[in-house]
Amino acid sequence: MSGRDDAAAAIAPPATAFWADPRLRGVLFQAVALALVVCLFWTMASNAGEALKRSGQATGWGFLWNTAGFDIGFKLVAYTARDRHIDALVVGLLNTLLISGLGIVLATVLGFVIGIARLSPNWLVSRMATAYVEFVRNVPLLLWILFFYLALIPVLPPVKQAMSLGDVVFLTNRGLYVPKLHWTDGAIWIVVAFVAAIVLAAAATIWSRRRQKATGHRPPDLLIGLALIVGLPVAAFFATGAPVSLEFPELKGFNFNGGLSILPELVALLFALTIYTAAYIGEIVRSGIEGVSKGQSEAASALGLTRGQRLRLVVIPQAMRIIIPPLTSQYLNLIKNSSLAAAIAFPDLVHVFAGTSLTQTGQALEILAITASIYLAISLATSGLMNVYNAMTRLKER
Amino acid sequence: MAKPAAHRAPPDRPFGPLVFDWLRENLFSSVTNTLLTVLAIAFIYAVVPPILDWAVFSAVWSGTGRADCIGEGKGACWPFIVARKDQIIYGQYFADQRWRVDVVYLAGALGLAWILIPRLPGKLWAGIGMAILFPVFAFVMLSGGVFDLPVVPTERWGGLLLTLLISVVGIAVSFPIGVLLALGRRSSLPVIRMLCVCFIEFVRGVPLITLLFMAANVVPLFMPQGVSLDKLLRALIVISLFSAAYMAEVVRGGLQALPRGQSEAAAALGLGYWQTTLLVVLPQALKISLPSIVSSCISLLKDTSLIATIGFFDFLQVIKSGNADPAWSAPNVAFTGYLFAALVYWTLCFGMSRYSAYLERTVAGGKVGAGRL
Amino acid sequence: MKTALAAVLLAAAAISAAAAQSASPTLDKVKKDGYLKCGVSDGLAGFSNPDANGNWTGIDVDVCRAVAAAIFDNPDAVRYTSTTAKERFTALQSGEFDLLSRNTTVTMQRDVALGLEFTNVTYYDGQGFMVKTDSGVTSVNDLNGATICTQSGTTTELNVADYFTSHGMQYQILTFEKESEALAAYDSGRCDAYTTDQSGLYAAKLELADANAHTVLPELISKEPLGPAVRQGDDRWGDIVRWTFYVLVNAEELGVTSQNIDEQLNSQNPEIRRLLGIEGDFGEQLGLSKDWAVRIIRKVGNYGEIFERNLGSGSPLGIARGKNALWKDGGLQYAPPIR
Repeated sequence: MSGRDDAAAAIAPPATAFWADPRLRGVLFQAVALALVVCLFWTMASNAGEALKRSGQATGWGFLWNTAGFDIGFKLVAYTARDRHIDALVVGLLNTLLISGLGIVLATVLGFVIGIARLSPNWLVSRMATAYVEFVRNVPLLLWILFFYLALIPVLPPVKQAMSLGDVVFLTNRGLYVPKLHWTDGAIWIVVAFVAAIVLAAAATIWSRRRQKATGHRPPDLLIGLALIVGLPVAAFFATGAPVSLEFPELKGFNFNGGLSILPELVALLFALTIYTAAYIGEIVRSGIEGVSKGQSEAASALGLTRGQRLRLVVIPQAMRIIIPPLTSQYLNLIKNSSLAAAIAFPDLVHVFAGTSLTQTGQALEILAITASIYLAISLATSGLMNVYNAMTRLKER
Repeated sequence: MAKPAAHRAPPDRPFGPLVFDWLRENLFSSVTNTLLTVLAIAFIYAVVPPILDWAVFSAVWSGTGRADCIGEGKGACWPFIVARKDQIIYGQYFADQRWRVDVVYLAGALGLAWILIPRLPGKLWAGIGMAILFPVFAFVMLSGGVFDLPVVPTERWGGLLLTLLISVVGIAVSFPIGVLLALGRRSSLPVIRMLCVCFIEFVRGVPLITLLFMAANVVPLFMPQGVSLDKLLRALIVISLFSAAYMAEVVRGGLQALPRGQSEAAAALGLGYWQTTLLVVLPQALKISLPSIVSSCISLLKDTSLIATIGFFDFLQVIKSGNADPAWSAPNVAFTGYLFAALVYWTLCFGMSRYSAYLERTVAGGKVGAGRL
Repeated sequence: MKTALAAVLLAAAAISAAAAQSASPTLDKVKKDGYLKCGVSDGLAGFSNPDANGNWTGIDVDVCRAVAAAIFDNPDAVRYTSTTAKERFTALQSGEFDLLSRNTTVTMQRDVALGLEFTNVTYYDGQGFMVKTDSGVTSVNDLNGATICTQSGTTTELNVADYFTSHGMQYQILTFEKESEALAAYDSGRCDAYTTDQSGLYAAKLELADANAHTVLPELISKEPLGPAVRQGDDRWGDIVRWTFYVLVNAEELGVTSQNIDEQLNSQNPEIRRLLGIEGDFGEQLGLSKDWAVRIIRKVGNYGEIFERNLGSGSPLGIARGKNALWKDGGLQYAPPIR
């Protein structure tokens, strides 16, 4: 409607009527649009309010502090059935963040490998990478998740026939059991040492770059950093009298007790998310590298750099500018796609909070609003971080 | 890669050395390269023969149930797919009414062919027909209630019918909305811009399964008492809007890539906003973003698999629930189902991406050089 | 786009405002639509399960059919919506369907805080466990440390937490969106035990390839009264569902079946005459017809017939009446008189 009016107005002779004034028309059009949207939301809100009042449903945010009453199979923080719904929310959120974080790291690594492999001069390698990308991304992620879950469980041995690595690590169809760190007093110093080591390593890198600029010779900052990051916490460990002990998993009845268990659901989900997202990231990396002018690579090769050095020092830093924006949206997709966890019973935010808590309390509106806000916040935070990184790389490029 | 090598070779050289040249250049040019080649061959050898053996050579090709498919050394269980073919194609559509589904399949295929084969004339009309007439026709034909056609409730639509229907209608609906949102996001009117940005960022920030859950179970709460929209329609609206938000970002990319001079020149010729947009800006912007538009469409097709979470029996769900049937349930039956589903999705999606590449080469690249960067 | 949506909504609001008010808005809507919208499960043999042609059967489905028969004299005037445990209450609250008949446990929280009204208990159940026979487990108390599979969004999740905590036992829970997924995970060896209502365990056994390899443990760890629910705020609609079920139970008690209903119409027993609407005008008071109960019994049968057909000797499940026998046979099914 409005489109036809605008078009008609545009051909009309100028300044004959008030509706021919583009500025006034713009204001009017916006006012109508805004009024309609407000009206829509107001109608929806009043309908919902009436319906809720009619049915006498509980409303408000108080439910968050009620006892949840259900257990969660995988948790990063202490939680029992006696805790509250808000604690369940935290458990689910941490699980979502865990799977997203791991997925992003693994998918980025695999994606870069695939993207570089697609441009490999080796015919076989580049064709294999192409086949991988074309096969993986043309099949729905849900199917990949179901497939890996189905494939994983029968392959893994039952508890009684667990595969073990020196009776310390056990692999069964209940998950991978590894020793857990048991913290006691004084352990905080190890963390402090670790953080200090990271800061020192970063300082060493900056110093070594300055040296490189000044002298043309680069001190081995990578080695120094590695030594710091490993050495300092180890030193702190012994200095404080070994405050961290290992808790080993051991077979008790049905399952392994103690230690840290990594569920097959987590592994299957992580596998599927990584493989699926890596196919997209591979394409992004490929087109990013192709976007860097060939002259750059040729000049680097004229300077005597090897293929690996050319990629690492010349091509990829420039390609990053092209890669970052689409890479960011792939990261966001991965975070949202982790909500498919519910399909294979991994207790992520959607499964625990927008699933079990929602059914137990029946407060769908509140819970969905919280869930949507959390995902929006994670998305905004991720794209904010990536924008900062983007700005940083851009500054350095000059 | 292979061609320059062939040109460089002297004309009278025999075939054999040519092959060796090619191999040396492409597979064994250096130590690392040779190592990579060996690793790749080892990988292919380790993966391909077992899969082929499972899916083809050791597969069971005829049988009537689980008993025929279980046993040592037996591979894929293809009779399972044959036994389920009606559900896969029609879902739970009433058996005596399935001709209606066939009619819709046929109409959809003809309409798509008209749009997709570049030689056929009247693309605009075909597009309008597919975007407006086909959804209406398909809905009336499938749900019935008019012209003496018995009513078939949407809960019974399923299988490939549902997957394809949602994909086609979703693409047809989300494309124009996406274009409008993209234009709105670049509009000079601040309120419109703000509304479009809010909508796009909200939809892109929330998982589709959460949006689907809202559409299925919460949206009726927002409707006036006594008014109801069919659940499938609500799911369709959500999927279309979801896809439209992504489409909008893709189209916006195309709009941004277009030199400003284009719209300025159009304005200088005295064209108004809509004329400039429809005649000058959009045709070029859409050509630039064609590959990304097609990948949005592919994503939509894959996303249809998520409607299973709100109780619909789409293609993937029909196969999955078939696996749970005690008459068939066995691990290799489940794998067969998933392999078949993967092949079908792959054929559809890969076909779409190939078609877009073809279109890019012939239509977009050939006629409008400026559209290519 | 938003403009169009708003216009549609506004127009729709105008239509609904024009609709007349009556004793039961839900009944009016159902009559206007010409069918009953009923929420059922995502597949549970004996309760609500689609057959190969997609037709729903089961005791929960027969409750829907009985209500449809009472209203339309046509038990097939029902549209079924398959819901997961997680979706069911939200969908009922929002008006996605008007009757939830989906093996749902009656609890105080659900009745009071969720805006629901449970009308009856159609099946008295309890939560049980199923294990692999070769695991050697014979009692729930042997399950210390076990991994347990179940469906999410159910009372089973809560009961397991209560039981294991109060008995000082460790366990790990794995909850799936669909019953069939939880069962498949148990079958694949992912879990040591599968838990749900005991009737569901018998149904699950039928879904497993080798039913004899699995044992249902003898203990019940909870009370699971299953029944249909409607939205709060339409009392008359609740009455219709409630008394439809009481008709089924009273008919069994009085010996009125779908087979002998025509002879019973000539009965001189005043209780039967009131049940069948020959005396009194209970049907009209509900907003239905005088012969509403006759329609129900003729088309769907009485409670006993429904039970035997779906769960009892006439079904592959073969569940004994047990607690679901009539009160006079020592069971719990007891319907207030129609008078």
